[in-house]
Amino acid sequence: MNKQLTKNFAPGHGTCSGCGIPAIVRNILDVSEDPVVVVNATGCLEVTSTLYPYTAWKVPYIHNAFENAGATVSGIEAAYKVLEKKGKVKGKINFVVFGGDGSTYDIGLQALSGALERGHRFLYVAYDNQGYMNTGGQRSGATPYGANMTTTPAAKGDIGNELDRKDIMEIVAAHGVKYLAQANVFNIEDMRAKAKKAFETDGPSFLLVLQPCTNSWKFPVSDYVKVAKLAHDTNYWTLYEIENGQYKINQYISNPKPIEEFLKTQKRFKHLLLPENKKALEKIQRDVDFRLEKLKKKTGE
Amino acid sequence: MKHINKKQDTKIALTGGAAAAEALRQINPDVMPVYPITPQTPIIEGFAKFEAKGKVDTDVITVESEHSAISACVGAVAAGARTVTATSSQGLALMNEILYIASGMRLPMLMLVSARALSAPINIHGDHSDVMGARDTGWVQIFSENAQEVYDNTIIGMKLTEKVHVPTMVIMDGFVTSHSVENLEVLIDRSVRSFVGEFKFNQSLLDVSNPHTFGPVGLPDSYFDFKIEQEAAMDKVFEEYENVADGYGELSGRHYELFEKYHTRDADHVIVAAGATCGTIKDVVDEMREKGKKVGLLKIKMFRPFPYKQIAKALSGAKNISVLDKSMAFGSMPPICSEIVMSAQISNLKSQISSYVYGLGGRDIFAKDIENVFENMIKGKKMKGVQYIA
Amino acid sequence: MEKGATIKHDIKKASKTGTWRNVRPEIEVSGCIGCATCVKYCPDACISLRKRKKDEFIEGGKATENVAEIGYEFCKGCGVCAEVCPVKTISMKKE
Repeated sequence: MNKQLTKNFAPGHGTCSGCGIPAIVRNILDVSEDPVVVVNATGCLEVTSTLYPYTAWKVPYIHNAFENAGATVSGIEAAYKVLEKKGKVKGKINFVVFGGDGSTYDIGLQALSGALERGHRFLYVAYDNQGYMNTGGQRSGATPYGANMTTTPAAKGDIGNELDRKDIMEIVAAHGVKYLAQANVFNIEDMRAKAKKAFETDGPSFLLVLQPCTNSWKFPVSDYVKVAKLAHDTNYWTLYEIENGQYKINQYISNPKPIEEFLKTQKRFKHLLLPENKKALEKIQRDVDFRLEKLKKKTGE
Repeated sequence: MKHINKKQDTKIALTGGAAAAEALRQINPDVMPVYPITPQTPIIEGFAKFEAKGKVDTDVITVESEHSAISACVGAVAAGARTVTATSSQGLALMNEILYIASGMRLPMLMLVSARALSAPINIHGDHSDVMGARDTGWVQIFSENAQEVYDNTIIGMKLTEKVHVPTMVIMDGFVTSHSVENLEVLIDRSVRSFVGEFKFNQSLLDVSNPHTFGPVGLPDSYFDFKIEQEAAMDKVFEEYENVADGYGELSGRHYELFEKYHTRDADHVIVAAGATCGTIKDVVDEMREKGKKVGLLKIKMFRPFPYKQIAKALSGAKNISVLDKSMAFGSMPPICSEIVMSAQISNLKSQISSYVYGLGGRDIFAKDIENVFENMIKGKKMKGVQYIA
Repeated sequence: MEKGATIKHDIKKASKTGTWRNVRPEIEVSGCIGCATCVKYCPDACISLRKRKKDEFIEGGKATENVAEIGYEFCKGCGVCAEVCPVKTISMKKE
């Protein structure tokens, strides 16, 4: 067992073999110079890490429900402010929320919005595996166009999920959040640097981390890093941050691989490579290019 | 303690909502997540004014829904803060999911409820549909008859919840109590603060040197046991309530029990009811008693946990019992009536029990209606099914 | 039962997820360059760096000061370490 990496989050949890979520959790918590309190929305991380009587969490941790992590952390942070003023709590504590895309984009969006707007000091980490994986791979607001999901199955003449992903970064940014960033589990150093900035932010901060799901994206259990890296190398998932309203692309891929390189690693997109779905494939590539251009404009390039 | 403080107590005129806000000001909670809904709003607005003037140390969080209000309460209490909130109607219904989580986690917190009808059709007026919808959520529920009881129950409820670690609802009738001005006696701040004492929580999330995990997964091998444990905690509420209410009685001179017996000792005909209408029922009882009629009122105060045996004992002399419910339980007997039938069954009472529903969506009930209920009992009328005083 | 099911971490209560494994990662230490790539990605934090022992210097091998070491108690055998190893010195063997 790695002592440093397990000082906040121990093994013995039941995340799927080859899941990237623990690497996200460990590395983000590891960056905090102050003690942390963790709030976790219902989801993969929660059910696998707190199976009674064992908890993998060596730091204070609360799971309330699916849709209310934002509200729960608001209550904790308010309690901290009052109790610190009264001298009952001493020293800075960092408050970190972990939620999947379901609890961030969909069911918990309202509670997250409220917490961001009120300006509580906390870091919200969304591990984005692009669907409801804990319940078997249903479509969420983060599921990409063309994905074969259990509630949007692909069939002949049916592309699968026909809707585009929500741009959660823009939604969060619209709240005037001082620091938010898009990260990718394959680039741990970048993610750690972003978490460090987030912890230094006075007020809410937000990290959106791509987390390929071996189970639902359907790729070999050894491959989460490889798949995540292809998301980067195809410009499907650009590493960028928004600091005090300023956009910055952290790593720019000037000659990206075609999007097929990313798609073909996963069975959820297998049907897209059939000749009959050529148009869908073209749309996906167009969207990737468009998103990057839009982002570049925002950086002032 | 019964003594000096009493002399400094003052009589003031307040609405039920303002009485709740005043008690909360004196308690001075750490955190109060708030979300507006009629007819609860005067409570949070009243309190917000205290906060704005610096009269309390509370962090008032203006959340974006009742669901978030109760969710923030869970977080705040787990972080070791004395926490209160208030709601009504749809707000309480929206909170429902988290009510179970608060009680399942055994987190002490106090919620004022200005009881109101539930949609549809939408109706802002008072009845007990909302709180009865929350009756199985594992919360202590205490009904108040008037502003004085709202004030007293708020202070008692705060202390009680922190003793038993069962979240507690103090209920007043929407508008009838929450918005009506009444005279009441209030304690001095110092008395209230020393009575409720300091909130100490040894599992606080903010105690980073002693980390706890709240809200784990419980599978079939443990979940059931936690629910049995939770029920055992409910059982202890009666005794602790009596202790807290006794202490409060010494302090205030106002003595409360799990329920109120109003001329029930020798009554042949007893109405059982909860909330503001009990005031009117008492007037009717007084009038009919003057005419020599053996009538009485058993006023429900603590509805959860329900004191089955104690109530059965109090009703044991009654030939006829009529239960007045201000809500319905569609497809089954109204809530209070169901419990009285169960009380009677546990203690083998032979009383004739009738069921009435009144006041839904704020419909008025008059003294004459209550007199009719008594007269029906006196005449020995056998009422078939639920009667509507509509 | 703990009040409200509130619990504390106790590694003794952890399920030994090493029992999930049907293949196990093995490090050919002579080839290990101690880069710790496997360390950061391991989902179960099973891998640590340790000092290279004297008898682990193999002729022609990369003689870095540190090498990776795998603890098998919680290793689920996913093979991420072998996949990310830049010098392919980790291989998956049938249990």
